[in-house]
Amino acid sequence: MRADDEALIVACIPSLRRYARGLTGDRERADDLVQDTLERAWSRFSRWQRRGELRAWMFGIMHNQFIDSVRAQRRQPDIQADAELPEVAVRPGQADGLEVRDLDRCLLQLPPDLRAVILLVGVEEFSYREAALALDVPVGTVMSRLSRARERLGALLGARPTAVSTLHRVK
Amino acid sequence: MNDKTLHAVPGPGAPITEADLHAYVDGQLPAVRAAEVAAFLEQHEQARARVQGWRDQNRLLREWLAPVADEPLPLRLPLAPPPAPRRWPAMAAAVALAVGSAAAAWLVRGAVDSRAPGAVVASDAAAREAGFVHRAAIAHAVYAADARRPVEIGADQEQALVTWLTKRLGAPVRAPVLAQAGYRLVGGRLLPGGQGPVAQFMYASAGGQRLTLYVTREAAGDKTAFQFAQEGAVRVFYWVDGRYGYALSGEVDRGELMRVSTEVYRQLDGLPG
Repeated sequence: MRADDEALIVACIPSLRRYARGLTGDRERADDLVQDTLERAWSRFSRWQRRGELRAWMFGIMHNQFIDSVRAQRRQPDIQADAELPEVAVRPGQADGLEVRDLDRCLLQLPPDLRAVILLVGVEEFSYREAALALDVPVGTVMSRLSRARERLGALLGARPTAVSTLHRVK
Repeated sequence: MNDKTLHAVPGPGAPITEADLHAYVDGQLPAVRAAEVAAFLEQHEQARARVQGWRDQNRLLREWLAPVADEPLPLRLPLAPPPAPRRWPAMAAAVALAVGSAAAAWLVRGAVDSRAPGAVVASDAAAREAGFVHRAAIAHAVYAADARRPVEIGADQEQALVTWLTKRLGAPVRAPVLAQAGYRLVGGRLLPGGQGPVAQFMYASAGGQRLTLYVTREAAGDKTAFQFAQEGAVRVFYWVDGRYGYALSGEVDRGELMRVSTEVYRQLDGLPG
């Protein structure tokens, strides 16, 4: 394995962590996902051909891992189902911290496929083509998922009672 | 892609579709088409509101996730390809390192060669050194490439940065001034090291070239001369001076790195502690 390729993979780590956190909403699960993704990436790299698309390839591995874990979770009833949603780091002094914390609840209500697209495009600034590569779907599917994701997220954000954050259960 | 309303790149003059509005928000339209969409939005209040709503969503999502990049990397993350199968996991750390990673092996060997000709197993100190140099190179690769949040605390708060790092490392730390060498301080961050926190200062040249100075207390020992290592595209000069180990990393040539290292060394030599 070439050292330059190693450095490229390592350089993806910050954005992989961000994406994993958005997908899972949970620090531990996100870092598990990053760990699994890196392990798989290292073990498969030598057999991988499309050298120009490293970022899409890495995110594609993560997406498949995530979808697998979602399916595995569905098969066994989630004992944590009604547990508090995990706390997410909010930068101190951030004026709209409550708005942001609301956002993670709304985002987690989107189906995983829609969540993935809105995070790849909206946060990681993937081109539609790059997102299509990562998710292994046609560009048209990326666009229709993006459209649905934005519509549903907008509805969820708009529908939330403004007081929901203050009613948020305290452990 | 049969759905006409969701075609990614329509030609100029075509009716504005919802796909155009999304691509407009995401900055994925050619300039000509983007101008057409902007003109369209001037006339259509409803579409304008939708576009604004989507922009707000992007902004909220980014704000929510931005702090993740500042969290320390969990040490369990595999930052290099897996070693050839390990058969003696309980062997001494130095040996495990040498077996475990080609890069570490290279470093340990380099350290041994320069110290004790004929030695077969690296000393603990050399292994610790190899560990910190490896971590410094990885930390450089991760954070120098991060366009959004390369540092936790910016150079505009240099005093606060130095105070904070000094407190967390438990010994005085300061950021050398490298303006003469052509690099300005960008800021710094605290990272997990092998045995406790380490400080990383980031510098940038006028051309945007980034160098990082990694300061650790885990390599404490005698003074050592400058040594050179390379991991991937990242070159590292490192040395130990009393209680501190230093590693200056960058994707610059060896001569440039040496020049700046000399300046760092000159300024930090004999730092109390």
